[in-house]
Formats: sequence, structure tokens, C-alpha cells
Amino acid sequence: MFPAGAAVRVKNDWPEARGPVHIRTPHYVRGQKGTIVRHLGDFPNPEDLAFARPAADCRLYHVAFPMEAVWDGNGAPDELLIELYGHWLEPA
Amino acid sequence: MNILDTDGARLLDAVRGLLAQKGIVSAAEIAERIAITDSASPGQGARMVAKAWIDPAYRASMLEDGSKAAEALDIPMRGMPPLGVLENTPEVHNLVVCTLCSCYPRAVLGYPPFWYKSAAYRSKAVRDPRGLLAEWKTTIAADVKVRVVDSTADYRWMVLPMRPAGTEGWTEAQLAAIVREGDMVGVTVPSI
Amino acid sequence: MDIETPRAHHDMGGVPKFMCEPVDLEPHALTDFDREVDAIRGLLGAKEVMSVDELRRGIEAIPEDQYSKLSYYRRWIRSIADNMLRKGVFTEDELRAALGEP
Repeated sequence: MFPAGAAVRVKNDWPEARGPVHIRTPHYVRGQKGTIVRHLGDFPNPEDLAFARPAADCRLYHVAFPMEAVWDGNGAPDELLIELYGHWLEPA
Repeated sequence: MNILDTDGARLLDAVRGLLAQKGIVSAAEIAERIAITDSASPGQGARMVAKAWIDPAYRASMLEDGSKAAEALDIPMRGMPPLGVLENTPEVHNLVVCTLCSCYPRAVLGYPPFWYKSAAYRSKAVRDPRGLLAEWKTTIAADVKVRVVDSTADYRWMVLPMRPAGTEGWTEAQLAAIVREGDMVGVTVPSI
Repeated sequence: MDIETPRAHHDMGGVPKFMCEPVDLEPHALTDFDREVDAIRGLLGAKEVMSVDELRRGIEAIPEDQYSKLSYYRRWIRSIADNMLRKGVFTEDELRAALGEP
């Protein structure tokens, strides 16, 4: 469980390259560093629901990313706030 | 040609017929569902915003649990995804998007607007939000942070805009009348 | 961020070719087709026949050239039909018969 304020990195993983998938981690944050804002609750994994497979509950977090980091220097002081599942995050 | 690429109206007719034939979805249920969905509209969200502007306890409840706050105003939320509410402040302006599809707080606001579902909106919101807001002639001051909220998962998000100056002493109904759909997505701000 | 990645075509955040178009601000009222497709999807979800996640998967599986040509709800009915076939709710033969095809 990541606490509020924790620095995390989104895994730089591309399951799309390995076969048919349903991923809710937008391409533009893969590999990016962000900050946990809060734990939003636990929800069944959509990656499995999409294929009518049994879906385990996953932790869902609200994670903040500075715009200028994501878009190579453009966008300060704005930020992105994205719902991401815990299995896509690792400590940064 | 792939059978799925046949004429859309014919495909709908065929799917409707098969689902009815198999006892899965009936014509009556479809009609009822359309009526229910049609009854949601931005006016519902406007009522929530107006009450939040007048009643600090309701405002707090809306930020804490949007679904419960909606139900408190007789907006049916059972079986619908959880509603998250993001408040605009003098420091932060929120803008909601779903870059992956079109997730929208439909239970409260009704069908999403055409532009919300467009490739232009979905691509631009997360990379050039101020340029996007300019299409609505909305300018956010340089020292205010624009926070773009990408609805990627189970929550549906709406914005609680700031109450405009000059509305002191207004009734809830008067306040609700100036809150538009765009104000609750974040592409505009209410004005009088 | 504009490096080559296996980005799925529906994953549109920040994609330059879409950012060039102005946003169409016209209201575009929903048609009867739109409302009915929307209602069928909602009912299939409420009855736990097909989830919104399955709907999305079916839309994302539409080949890119088709995806951009189809209207929003035309993509939905394509995905619904695709899922009903995948899940065996009806067969391709039954769908062809319902379409009046040989």
C-alpha cells in the first residue's frame, strides 16, 4: 500500500506489444515519476474484466504528475492527476 | 467484409432482435432505460453546485463522497460508478477528460457532450489544456495551476466551480441557473 | 515523449495528429440510433451479460482505419455484436440470418 505523498514510478511496460490486452494506464505516463495523492479504493482489475476473466480486487490510486516532466519541459505549473492501479506502480 | 462492418442500422436491428428473441433484453426495457437516461442532465449537477455554494456542510459532504451527496438530492446513483468531485480554488482549476474513451459522470450530468468524446479534446486536454480552454475563450491566470484529471478507472469526475462574485444573497435556484455543463467539466467557469 | 512506442490507437492523450484539429463545439443531438445503442449497453451491464470493460475492449480492437471512420455509437454496436459473438450469446449464423444474409 502506497501512502499519500509517496514518490512512485509508473512501470515502463508495454503489454500491447505482447498480445490483445485492455490497459487503463495511458501511454504518456509509462515510465514517469509521480506522487501518490490518495488511495481511491479497491476495484476489480479491468485488464481481466475486459476478457470476462475472474478479476481480483486491485488498489486504485490517484497519482499526480507535473506536466513539464511528462511533456519534456512544457506545461508548468500545471499537473496531471490520473487513476492508476497499484500493480502499475513501483517506489521511485 | 467482416460481418461487424455491415450497415449500422441493420446491425442494431439484428442485435436488438436477437437479444429480444433470447429473452436477454426486451423492447420495453430499452424504452424504459432510454427514459431514465434522458432524465439525467446538467441541471442535476447544477443543483448540487448551487447547494454546495450556500451550504458548507453539503459542500464538505460532496467533496468527501460525491455519490452520497448526489443521492441526498434525489439523484439516483445505485449501481453507478462512484462520483468524485474536485473543487476549483483560487490556486487550482480542474479540467476533466477521459483520454482512453469517454468516461463521464453520466448519472449526474447525463450524456457526455459530443466534444468531450472527440479525438481533439481527448488528445489536447492532457498536453495543452490552456490552448484547449481557449477554444471556449476561457483563460486561467498564469499563477493558477490547471489540474487535468484523466478518468482512467472506476471513478467519474465532476468539477465544483467557484461561486462568481456578485451573487451574494442569491437563492439556490438562481445560483443553479448560472451553472452550465462546461463549468462542471472545467472548460468554462460560471459568470453572471 | 513522441518516441516510438506500441501505443494502442485509442490511447490518445497528447497525440500530435489529433491535437491539430479544432474542437467541434456544435451540440450534435443524439439520434434514436445513439440512444438505443446506449440503452442496450446499459442493460447488458446491469444484467451482467457484458461489462463496460468488455465494451471498451471491443472498441479498442476495432482496426485503426475503421475506428476513425465509425461514429461513436457505431463503434459501440460493433463492440456489442463482437462481444455477443465471442461470448456465444448468439452465433455468427444467427447474426447473418438476423441481418437477412445468406
